[in-house]
Amino acid sequence: MSDVSFVRTDMLPEQDPPGSEVGAIGWLRHNLFSSWINGIVTLLSIYAIYFVLAGILPWVFQSVWNSGSLTECREIMTATWGQTHGHACWGVINERWLQLLFGFYPKELYGRPILSLVLLLVAITPILFNMISRRMNWFLLVLAFFVTAVLMDASVFVWILRAGFAGATLVIGYQLVTLSGADRAEQIAQGAKRLPNPLMFTAIYPFLMPWLMWGGTIWPAICTAFGFVIGYLVLRFGKAYMSELLTMIVAVAAAVIWWLVLSGYVSSGLSSVLPIGIEAVQSRQFGGFMLAILLGVVAIGCSLPIGVVLALGRQSDLVVVKFLCVGFIEFIRGVPLITLLFVASLLLNIFLPPGTNFDIILRVMIMMTFFSAAYMAEVIRGGLAALPRGQYEGADSLGLDYWQAQRLIIMPQALKVSIPGIVSTFIGIFKDTTLVSIIGLFDVIGLTQAIRADTSWNGIYWELFAFIAFLFFIVCFSMSRYSMYLERKLQTGHS
Amino acid sequence: MKKTVLLGALTVAGLAAGAAAAGTLDDVKARGTLNCGVTTGLVGFAAPDADGVWGGFDVSICRAVAAAVLGDSTAVEFVPTTGKTRFTALASGEIDMLARNTTWTFSRDVDLKFTFVGINYYDGQGFMVPKDLGVSSATELDGATVCIQTGTTTELNLADFFRSNNISYEPVPIETNAEGQQQYLAGACDVYTTDASGLAATRATFEAPGDHVLLPEIISKEPLGPLVRHGDNEWGDVVRWTLNALVTAEELGVTSANIGEMSAGTNNPEINRLLGTEGTLGAMLGLDAEWAKNAIMSGGNYGEIFAKNIGEETPIGLARGLNAQWTNGGLIYSPPFR
Repeated sequence: MSDVSFVRTDMLPEQDPPGSEVGAIGWLRHNLFSSWINGIVTLLSIYAIYFVLAGILPWVFQSVWNSGSLTECREIMTATWGQTHGHACWGVINERWLQLLFGFYPKELYGRPILSLVLLLVAITPILFNMISRRMNWFLLVLAFFVTAVLMDASVFVWILRAGFAGATLVIGYQLVTLSGADRAEQIAQGAKRLPNPLMFTAIYPFLMPWLMWGGTIWPAICTAFGFVIGYLVLRFGKAYMSELLTMIVAVAAAVIWWLVLSGYVSSGLSSVLPIGIEAVQSRQFGGFMLAILLGVVAIGCSLPIGVVLALGRQSDLVVVKFLCVGFIEFIRGVPLITLLFVASLLLNIFLPPGTNFDIILRVMIMMTFFSAAYMAEVIRGGLAALPRGQYEGADSLGLDYWQAQRLIIMPQALKVSIPGIVSTFIGIFKDTTLVSIIGLFDVIGLTQAIRADTSWNGIYWELFAFIAFLFFIVCFSMSRYSMYLERKLQTGHS
Repeated sequence: MKKTVLLGALTVAGLAAGAAAAGTLDDVKARGTLNCGVTTGLVGFAAPDADGVWGGFDVSICRAVAAAVLGDSTAVEFVPTTGKTRFTALASGEIDMLARNTTWTFSRDVDLKFTFVGINYYDGQGFMVPKDLGVSSATELDGATVCIQTGTTTELNLADFFRSNNISYEPVPIETNAEGQQQYLAGACDVYTTDASGLAATRATFEAPGDHVLLPEIISKEPLGPLVRHGDNEWGDVVRWTLNALVTAEELGVTSANIGEMSAGTNNPEINRLLGTEGTLGAMLGLDAEWAKNAIMSGGNYGEIFAKNIGEETPIGLARGLNAQWTNGGLIYSPPFR
């Protein structure tokens, strides 16, 4: 049978795919010109992109960087290109960029908001990226402190700080370099002592940040933090004597009494006895992009936990809790943010007696937090609604109590489902911080008006907005990319 | 983290209710700074420079009052206010005085319960048109599109003017002056209307100012001046007579350059009374004898302030016009220091 010639007995050698299917040409054919309609669309899109870039790129790059006024800009443009049309005057950014970033914050204290931002990044790293090792996180932290100490004015105390942080940085850094992650994991498995959890610093940060930004003595921050300590102690030890619900109520009441009645006297007393502190900065001096970040971070940081509580409260069986939550959410969502800001800046002024000094930035922070918390609650409720009933029943059948079930089973899944919505709300509230310019705060938009009121820069327009758009794009785009990273990381489906 | 502020607010609220009668002058002296409401930015009138230091025509009034009361023209906390927040800020006591190119009108004085202490700039609403429109009078503007800031008195004045002249127009609403500039230059409207000082400042920023003309008609009276709350006459007197001192100084030829030698004593008794070498005018106001001298030294007399911030030497280039001294045919006139 071996002479049957129509059955091939040996394999043909592999051949290269045809030239039109691989390489650049293949990619073009597949992705851009796969049919004649797609080809036309591709050409039209390329033309549209060219059209936009041809207008923008010369404007951005054929521009004037060094000039002290718009008139000077125009003279330079006319001398260089023969016309002023289509060229940007970045001189205004060159002269005012520090003001656009920091507002009227005292120049010699710029280090403080910068340090706050760096520490913020260090503090949220363990929350955002759980694959970063504790060693890495502590290394970043001590490095930040070391750099701060180096930049401070020298004194004996500062030299001790420098030496201490330099030592810590070197020790942890040396370990990081010489000891691989796998080896370290093995050591820990064999009982080596781990570094403390970096979330410690994350918990301290909310009290450290206002002190760094506003300055003054350190006692108000410590006293405020002490309220949480009181609440925790009551919770920890009260259970032996009271029912769980009662303990919780007493804990909250004790903390609130401390904050409202006692902490003011204690902190002012301590401040007069031991005035440890740094130069105070008035809220009026806050401004620029720094204000947007400050408001955005506070609103984002506070609205997520409040939103979770509100979402749970809305689904609660306790009628009073439920109605309070529904009322809050529906009222705040039913009112435009700008109205809330006017309430913060104007209405409270009328209600509070004359001479009351209730910090305007604090008022705005509270309103923005409420606003985003109401939206957050609805986003998270959507996530809760997406969970099948079986998850709740499964939690019950394991004998978990309400909070355990929420913490271990419901919330991890509900939050994961809601990530795109949550991040959208974050980005939205961050951009909404620019609305404070309407109530006379000098955020970055408000500053454009002040800069244009300078006779040198009156008449300048697009350059300022382009710069602001650039700043906002960086932050919002990072948030958006992070949410996509998080969704990939938490992906448990099989698709 | 600052919940203590809540407590602070309540405590202060209790204290303030008792202290409210103490008077603004004492409050300012006790505080050591003057809280002065200004605009969030208006060319020539109020603007912060790159270092955050405020300057401008209205700002100079704040500085003069601070110098008169506290002896230090830098002891001012400038509170930027918008058109919507300015009156609440003053009424609630957040600011001690408002110097924010605010028009003195009947309802603001009577109904909103403020006291205008004087007029530091006589303004009026005008029109700007491109030269090639070929218009030489506002009465020829029948059917024109007009860029107009919404929610201001200029909007109402415009409607009145066109109705009384039996001509029609099409409004193009804008929010801010900067937006108005862009719209006008882009040709979205034929005419731009706002206060004449604003028009002059806007035209000065154009690439070709000569291509645009200001029409001769001024269709409204806009007397701009500083104001304080009703009911605190001592404080109102301090602000009023500080402004008058600047005006009188110009009339009498007292400038920031020659004030040193003048305050050594002159033959003119009114100068001597003004500068505190004769009489007790300062003590009557509850201030020290050199209050007016300090006010004048903070930025010069009225004429110097005008020339430095908005006068013809500046890019804004406003002529004195109505704002010349009464001796030169203008309306700037101060009651005598006697």
